[in-house]
Amino acid sequence: MAKIGVLIESKGGEVRKTTLGVMAVIRQVPEAELFALEMAPDVEPCREVLRRHGADRIVAIGAAAELSSFPEEKAAAVAAAVDHFGLDALLGSSGQAGRDLLARVASLKRAPLVLDCLEVDLARGIVRKSHFSGRTIATLQLKTGPWILGIRPNVFAERIEPRPGEIIPYEAPVTFRKRITVRQIRRGDAGGPDVSEAEIIISGGRGVGSAENFRILRDCASLLGAAVGASRAAVDAGYAPHALQVGQTGKTVSPKLYIACGISGSVQHFAGMKTSKVVIGINRDKDAPIFQKCDYGLLGDLFEIVPALTRALGPDGTA
Amino acid sequence: MKIYVCLKHVPDTAANIRPLAGASFDESVKFIVNPYDEYALEQALKIRESGADAEVVAVTAGREAAVSTLRTALAMGADRAIHVKTDTYFMEALETARLLHEAISRDGSPDLILTGRQSVDAEGMQIPYRLGVLFDLPVAVNVASFSMAEGLVTVEREIEGDLREVIEMSLPCIVGATRGLNHPRCATLPDMMKAKKKEIRVIPQADLGPEPAASVVELLELKTVPDRGRGKMLVGSPDEMARDLVRILRENKTL
Repeated sequence: MAKIGVLIESKGGEVRKTTLGVMAVIRQVPEAELFALEMAPDVEPCREVLRRHGADRIVAIGAAAELSSFPEEKAAAVAAAVDHFGLDALLGSSGQAGRDLLARVASLKRAPLVLDCLEVDLARGIVRKSHFSGRTIATLQLKTGPWILGIRPNVFAERIEPRPGEIIPYEAPVTFRKRITVRQIRRGDAGGPDVSEAEIIISGGRGVGSAENFRILRDCASLLGAAVGASRAAVDAGYAPHALQVGQTGKTVSPKLYIACGISGSVQHFAGMKTSKVVIGINRDKDAPIFQKCDYGLLGDLFEIVPALTRALGPDGTA
Repeated sequence: MKIYVCLKHVPDTAANIRPLAGASFDESVKFIVNPYDEYALEQALKIRESGADAEVVAVTAGREAAVSTLRTALAMGADRAIHVKTDTYFMEALETARLLHEAISRDGSPDLILTGRQSVDAEGMQIPYRLGVLFDLPVAVNVASFSMAEGLVTVEREIEGDLREVIEMSLPCIVGATRGLNHPRCATLPDMMKAKKKEIRVIPQADLGPEPAASVVELLELKTVPDRGRGKMLVGSPDEMARDLVRILRENKTL
């Protein structure tokens, strides 16, 4: 029976949705024994959710509080758990936190690592991921384990499949070298929800025209429960901070709905949002490339269409 | 101090990639320096220009054609270059890291190794971490801000959402750069001419020891992702189109 570990990401006692998607990948293999690796000091608040989503065991990695500021030691603790429990694979979310930890663990173990997986066949050890900025999909065969895999957020939906969820405390033998120290976590200049894990994104491009004008996107976003994104052109023009950038040199996203406002639709932009489920283009230029590769196109002035969309979504919307 | 910058020769991000049989692709497209690696090189040049007594060495592992990426690096200002010449285009990250580690450690003792957070071709996102273990040095990746004083490096790493981790490491260390770190300079024609006189040392892959027998990940196939087709254009006034859109999205359960 394969033993598969999942890096649990939680926030304030709540398991992140992206983690539940990763657990669903493993629950596609009924015979797999799922080990939820928790770094939180207290695993009790998350236990019920983890159990319902298919955790056979919940490993409470001790000294979690001391590890949080030391990425190298945290990775060493996870690598030790992989050995201790004899895990055949370790999966996690490919968000920024997950990919850093997974890459550190894989390097320590000289193990195969594939980040940002779009498809995973655990039984055969085959994964698919983007190559060349989303223009091609590569099929990769994993060989000697343990396999370390990062799953692109939002690609897999959560799935309910209750399992025992037995809590096992584990004190990882970690030597503190403290070569890297996280001194602080500071808020950047963007604000609002994160694009990389949002289920709905409304993005603005050069056509938005100014930083102030992004307000009309934010108004619409708050009704949709969406995150606001931006194209590189908008970031370069200073309309939006880099943290919001979607595309080649920004973030890669997979929301269920992506609304591109005043974005022409360059290859580099598509590299970052191609795996969105539904793409809407709003542009005043009928020849904009975005209309050639979207699901629905709205031709016209975004300053009229976006507020109209906000109205249609609002309490008085007649849609 | 010795600063090594690892760069990769990759297809232009706008190039049309045509997969071929045997997990390869039509390479008759324009190639460029991997964009994230340019941020790494620019940072190295900035350190040297700030008065530090630094030598900047550009390193790549790639086939014959990758020499043009080293020429660009030299034109931008690297002092010299090392080309580990390989036979295959797609190498496993473990092997790429092994070659870079061998080539660099035979050349000198690095104080700082800079590279991009990922390549834009294979998107592996792991070379800096693999180098970290091979050199036994601390690593920070996705770095958007860098400063250095008295042997201590302070970087800001973009993490979830709008948050940045402020990280301290002591030298020597390894940094994986991302966009926002700086604005890479463009090499001028005179720069390109001057760069021709700079040294590019070529090391055949075989000279760096035998390839490990066991591969850990094998690329089986590359497939084009079809673009979604032309979108259905909604008609009417802005309010009509907006109402139509919301209705469609609710009907198909997107909202």
